[in-house]
Amino acid sequence: MRSGAYPPETDRDSSQERPTSIGGWRGWIEQQTGISSLLRELLDERIPGGPRWAYVFGSGLLYLFLSQVVTGIFLALYYVPSSDHAHTTVSYISKVVTSGLFLRSIHAYGATAIIILLFLHISQTLLYGSYKGRRELLWLCGCVLLALMLGMAFTGYLLPWDEKAYFASAVGTNIITEIPVIGPPIQQLLRGGQQMGTLTLSRFFVLHVFVLPGLLLAFIGSHLYLFRRAKPAGPIKEDPVHPQLPTARFYPAQLVMDLAASLLIIVALGLVAYFIPFRLGPVANPSDTTYIPRPEWYYIPIFEWLKILSGKWSLFGGIVLPGLLALLFAAIPFFDRGRDRRPWKRPIVVGGFAVFVLCYAGLGALSYHSDSSDPIISRQLAHQKQAEIDYMHQPFQPEASSPAPAVAPPVAADPLIAKGATIFAAGPCSDCHGDHGQGTDMAPPLIGVGQKYSSDRLAFLLHHRTQRMIDGGMPPVDLDQADTNALVAYLRSLKQ
Amino acid sequence: MSTHRQDRRSFLGFALTTVGGLISAALAVPLVRFAAFPLRRQAEEVSWSDVGKVEEFRSLNAPAARAIDVKRIDGWRSTVAKSSVYVLPAASGKPKVLSSVCPHLGCSLRWIEKQDHFVCPCHGGTFTADGVHVSGPPLRAMDELESKVEDGVLKVRFQLFRQLVAKKEPVG
Repeated sequence: MRSGAYPPETDRDSSQERPTSIGGWRGWIEQQTGISSLLRELLDERIPGGPRWAYVFGSGLLYLFLSQVVTGIFLALYYVPSSDHAHTTVSYISKVVTSGLFLRSIHAYGATAIIILLFLHISQTLLYGSYKGRRELLWLCGCVLLALMLGMAFTGYLLPWDEKAYFASAVGTNIITEIPVIGPPIQQLLRGGQQMGTLTLSRFFVLHVFVLPGLLLAFIGSHLYLFRRAKPAGPIKEDPVHPQLPTARFYPAQLVMDLAASLLIIVALGLVAYFIPFRLGPVANPSDTTYIPRPEWYYIPIFEWLKILSGKWSLFGGIVLPGLLALLFAAIPFFDRGRDRRPWKRPIVVGGFAVFVLCYAGLGALSYHSDSSDPIISRQLAHQKQAEIDYMHQPFQPEASSPAPAVAPPVAADPLIAKGATIFAAGPCSDCHGDHGQGTDMAPPLIGVGQKYSSDRLAFLLHHRTQRMIDGGMPPVDLDQADTNALVAYLRSLKQ
Repeated sequence: MSTHRQDRRSFLGFALTTVGGLISAALAVPLVRFAAFPLRRQAEEVSWSDVGKVEEFRSLNAPAARAIDVKRIDGWRSTVAKSSVYVLPAASGKPKVLSSVCPHLGCSLRWIEKQDHFVCPCHGGTFTADGVHVSGPPLRAMDELESKVEDGVLKVRFQLFRQLVAKKEPVG
């Protein structure tokens, strides 16, 4: 406890209203933690020009981030990040677990809410010129947070492993290969291989659950620290470096406004999640050739942009221009250095931002228009939506995990076929093509392949893989003539 | 700072704490329900597992261990797990089937031919060849499982029972 013998340290704390002594457990806690001085430090923030509704977006984002962390941790109670379980577990969450659909919807719509709040927060900062006056690092920190949040939205999208998730992420990771030289290795690193698969899901999961949230926490902390150090910028007429206006404390009025805004967000999110639950579609089927992937609405304009600038312009449109725009955006406080914060005195920054927003919205509208005016696409999109609705109505199917070694494969009469069956089961063949050549997510079925190809052709294919087989991840076969003949005999015996 | 202002601040603080507390409590409800879901689930119907042809057990003169496949829904998957049961000798009629799970703390009981007893390897509980408790910490006899003979096949319903109590009560 501080005693009255000490003079007040600063003029800003002249009110002397701190409790002189508190007894009992509260006093003990205070003595050990100093929490009430910390709270005072947080709540007594001085805002030039007083509290305003325009300042609520930052704390709204903080609230949403916390909500995502909490709902995300709870979802992880049931979720399994593996390509053969992810969809089942999300389906289990949505269809079986109490409040599961609601929590998943809060989490999924929470991402959308964060994007909206980010837009509002950035617009407010740009319009108010709040990045001015020794706030460059604060702004850059915010830019990193924006990138991290977009990364969270992108990585989280794949995790349910439904059709939409799979194809949108496949397209998204393909864009990276536009970057010359380093693009393809980056894509493979992100995917954990050439193709989308269970390793991709693990990687996205680790990014979504460990790496990005850790970075977000660090940068949110820095953002808040830098903000408190720079002090709130206040209204547009305020000088960004030497504030002149009378100040008011954060507590209570601004806190009430911030809490009211967060309350509004909770209620809106809760209502949407309750009445329009977020749908899970049918499980990802990489061989589906009819599926038309569309990204989440906030990425739609980028998608449309890539459609317009295809071919030789795709490097420019997909990588160079967005990269330049991002750099330009991050550099705003470095070239807009005047002390005047009024938006009409900063036409380049404010106008530039307005043009960008209009173009972005315009591209979105264009995409919507072109999708709805093309009868084939709009029919397919409607079909996909209906498939999702139908899937949500189907009862949950538990995944049959069959450790059942009990069912022995029927013993083949022909010893050559039996030998081939042993080779097939022992080698890597059955790992991808299934125990009985029935096919899996990783490789097509082999049943009926004997009717399609002659023995010689099959033997040839085993040792001289086609490009399609190589692309599909088929390893080279290293067998001698006798074993090859046995394997071919077995393959030809696989019939419906 | 006037007293009036201080009153207003402490009232606001109180109001904010109350409203915030209520909202947090409301939000916690779905979270708690979500996390506690496995506790609220109804016990599912126990399925019948095949033990073997009833003829095989006619010639027994000591309890015989058999591994059975037990189908069950394990969260989001349906699994087939191996469990062990003891089939007791029965010259005619339906043989008695005992669970191998010790009613004390759940270790696997062993049939020790030389001692003519079931012995728990963990805490030394012993049972007669009929599963009746002889000595050691267990509070009840070995658990008999519901069984039936269908088309000459002995079938059993594998269940777990509450540990550490004198009464046999099924769990899950």
